Amino acid sequence: MTLLKNGEIVEDTWRNLADDEDISGEESIIVSLDRWQNEPDKFNGRNGALGIRLESHQKPDAIADDVERFDLIALDFPVLPDGRAFSHGRLLRERYGFKGELRAVGKVIQDQLYFMQRCGFDAVELSEGEDVAKSIAALNAFTVAYQPAADDIIPAYKTRHDA
Amino acid sequence: MYQYDQTDHTLTRERVTEYRDQVSRRLDGNISEDDFRPLRLKNGLYMQLHAYMLRVGIPYGMMSSDQLRMLAYIGRKYDKGYGHFTTRQNLQYNWPTLEDTPDILENLASVEMNAIQTSGNVNRNVTSDPLAGVAPDELEDPRPYAEIIRQFLTLHPEFSWLPRKFKVAITGAEDDRAAINVHDIGLKLLKNEAGETGFRVLVGGGLGRSPFIGKVIREFLPKDDLIRYIQAILRVYNMEGRRDNMFKARIKILVHELGIEKFASLVEEEFQASEEDVLFLGQAEEDRIKAFFAAPDYADLSDDSPEVIEMSSGNEAFAQWLERNVLAHKQAGYSIVNLSLKPLGGVPGDITSDQMDAVAGLADTFSFGQIRATHRQNLVLADVAKKDLPSLWQELVDLNLATPNLDRISDIICCPGMDYCSLATARSIPIAKRLSERFADLDTLLNIGELRLNISGCINACGHHHVGHIGILGVEKNGEEFYQITLGGSSSEDADIGQIIGPAFSSEDIIDAVEKLVGIYISNREDDERFLDTYRRLGKAVFKEALYDAA
Repeated sequence: MTLLKNGEIVEDTWRNLADDEDISGEESIIVSLDRWQNEPDKFNGRNGALGIRLESHQKPDAIADDVERFDLIALDFPVLPDGRAFSHGRLLRERYGFKGELRAVGKVIQDQLYFMQRCGFDAVELSEGEDVAKSIAALNAFTVAYQPAADDIIPAYKTRHDA
Repeated sequence: MYQYDQTDHTLTRERVTEYRDQVSRRLDGNISEDDFRPLRLKNGLYMQLHAYMLRVGIPYGMMSSDQLRMLAYIGRKYDKGYGHFTTRQNLQYNWPTLEDTPDILENLASVEMNAIQTSGNVNRNVTSDPLAGVAPDELEDPRPYAEIIRQFLTLHPEFSWLPRKFKVAITGAEDDRAAINVHDIGLKLLKNEAGETGFRVLVGGGLGRSPFIGKVIREFLPKDDLIRYIQAILRVYNMEGRRDNMFKARIKILVHELGIEKFASLVEEEFQASEEDVLFLGQAEEDRIKAFFAAPDYADLSDDSPEVIEMSSGNEAFAQWLERNVLAHKQAGYSIVNLSLKPLGGVPGDITSDQMDAVAGLADTFSFGQIRATHRQNLVLADVAKKDLPSLWQELVDLNLATPNLDRISDIICCPGMDYCSLATARSIPIAKRLSERFADLDTLLNIGELRLNISGCINACGHHHVGHIGILGVEKNGEEFYQITLGGSSSEDADIGQIIGPAFSSEDIIDAVEKLVGIYISNREDDERFLDTYRRLGKAVFKEALYDAA
C-alpha cells in the first residue's frame, strides 16, 4: 500500500485499531466511529495522535462537534461506484472546519484522485497495483474547473471576470 | 449559441488526455474491465450487443453547422456512415472501436464538443426546449440557464459518483416541449408577482422501471439561488440515495420513499446551511453567457409571403408539410422548420453522414448556421425566412427529411431495442417501421391528428413508452417477443403515466391492435379532440373493451 500526502509518497505512521484493542500507549491510532461514540471520555488525556475512520454510510455530522479532537479522519470508499465520501469530505472541510489530515481509504484508484483532492482530501491510500507515478500526475489531470469546491482552485466563472 | 473560451477548451482537451490514458491502460491490461467500465461510461462509451456505442453530447440540442459536419465526418470515418439522435438531444454511433474513441473525442474537441457525462451515474446532458428563443409562447430563453447548469455539473468533483444517473431538463415556455415532469430535476422559468425571474422546481420524476411524475419542491426559486439549490438537491441525493440496489437508486425512489415533504426539508436544511452567495455566478458571467443566445440578425420581413402562398395553392405535398412540420415563430416573417427523422419505414432518429452534411449546408443557407436536435428525435431549423420555405422544402424532399408527420402517429420515439442494445428484451425498430408503413396513408385518410406513439424494447423505458399517448413496451415470454400497450401517457404540461390496457400482443398482432385503437378514437372523437383527449374523456374501460372484445 502506498500512501500519498499532498502529492508525495510518505510513510504511514498510523495504525488502524480494532475495536477490541487497547488504546493506551502513544502510537498514532485510528478508531472506528462506534468506538468513539461508545467511549469518547476514554480518549481524554491520551498521549499520541488520534484518528477516526468513517464508513461510507456514516455521515460526518456524527462527529461535527468533535472534529478538533482528531488529527486524522479517514473516509472509506468501499467500492468504486460509492461516491458518498466525496460529499462527506467537503462537509468536513467546508462546513465543520476540519484542519487535520483527511485521508481516502478503501478502493482508491488514480482516476478518482483529482476529484478527491478537490473535495478536501490531502492524503490517499492507493489501492494495490496502482501506478504511483501516474497517480501523482493524476492529481493535476485538470488545470481548470467550473465550480468551487474544498480546494483553492478558482472556478471559471470567477477567473473569466478577474481583471 | 454558446462558444468555448480558453477555459472550456482546456478542460475538454485535458479530459481527452485523461481518457486516452484510461483506454491505453485498458488495452495494456493495466486496469480491469470492472474499474474501466464506469470511466468509459462517463465518457459516453457503452458496450452494446454487438459493439461499443459512443454517445456524443449536444448541450440542450444546439449544434452549429460545423459541429454537424464533424458529426458527419466521424460517422463516415469511424462508423458505418450514419448516426442516431437520441431522446436526450444527443447523437450516438453504434460501431466505433475502443481504440478509435480517443481520436473521435479529439475530433469532437476541435469543434467544441465532447462526450463527457453522456452516460454513467453522473449528471447527463441538460435538455431543453428545442424551440428555445424562437417559440411565441416563451417567457424567457432557458438556454443560458441550461448552459450555466451544464458548466456547473461538468466534472463536478463531488457528484461524479452518484447513486445513479441524473437528468435535468429546463423550459421557459408554457407548452412543455422538454418533458420536465419526467426528469430528476425539472425547471420551469417563471416570474413572481414582483416581476423577478425564477424557477418552479420539480424533483423525482422519471421513467424506467418505476415511472413517476415529478413533484414540486419549490414553487418559486429566485434565479440567483439556482446553482446553490441544485447543489443542495444533489448533495442530499448523493448522501441519502440508495446504494444497495441499482434498480432503486434513482432520486425518484428516494423522493418516493421519504415523501416529498421530508425530502424537501432535507434539501432546505442543506440549502440554508450552504454558504450564502458562494455559488452565485455573478451578473457578469450571467451576462456573458446570455449574450451567446441573443437573437440572430433577423431581416425586416412580413408574415405574408407570396412565395409560400403561390407554392401552397398548387402543391398539396408542400401545403401538407407546411401545415404539419412548420411552426409559428416569434419573429415576423420567420418560421420554425422541423426536419423529420421518421421517414416511411425508416429507423426513428437515424441520419446518414450525407444527410448531416446536407443539413449543415441548409442551416448555413437558410437558418443562421444552427441546427437543433429535439427530444423526439427530430431536427429543427429554427430561423427560416418564410419566403425561403418553398426552396428549403424542395431540398428536404430530395433528402427524405420532409415527411409531414411532426407529432403524428408515425413520428415515433423509439429506443434501439434488441437490434443494438444489450438490455433490451424485444426489438423495437421493426415495430416502428411497420407502424410507419401501416399509417403512411391512413394518417391523412383518417386525419388522425396529434398522436404521440413511443416504443421501448424493455422496461428501462428509453423509448419513453410510459408517456406516449400510445405506449408500446416490448417484453419477452418463453423466448418470444410480445408487446404491451399503455394508453393516456404524456410528457407535456398535461403529463401522466400511461395505463396498461390489457394483455400483450404478439409481434404479428401489435400493428393491428394499434390500428384498432385508432379506429376506436376516430369513431368516438368529438370536434378536434386529440387521441389523448378522447382517451382521457372516455376512460380505459371503453378502449379496453373495444380493443379486446372484437379480437
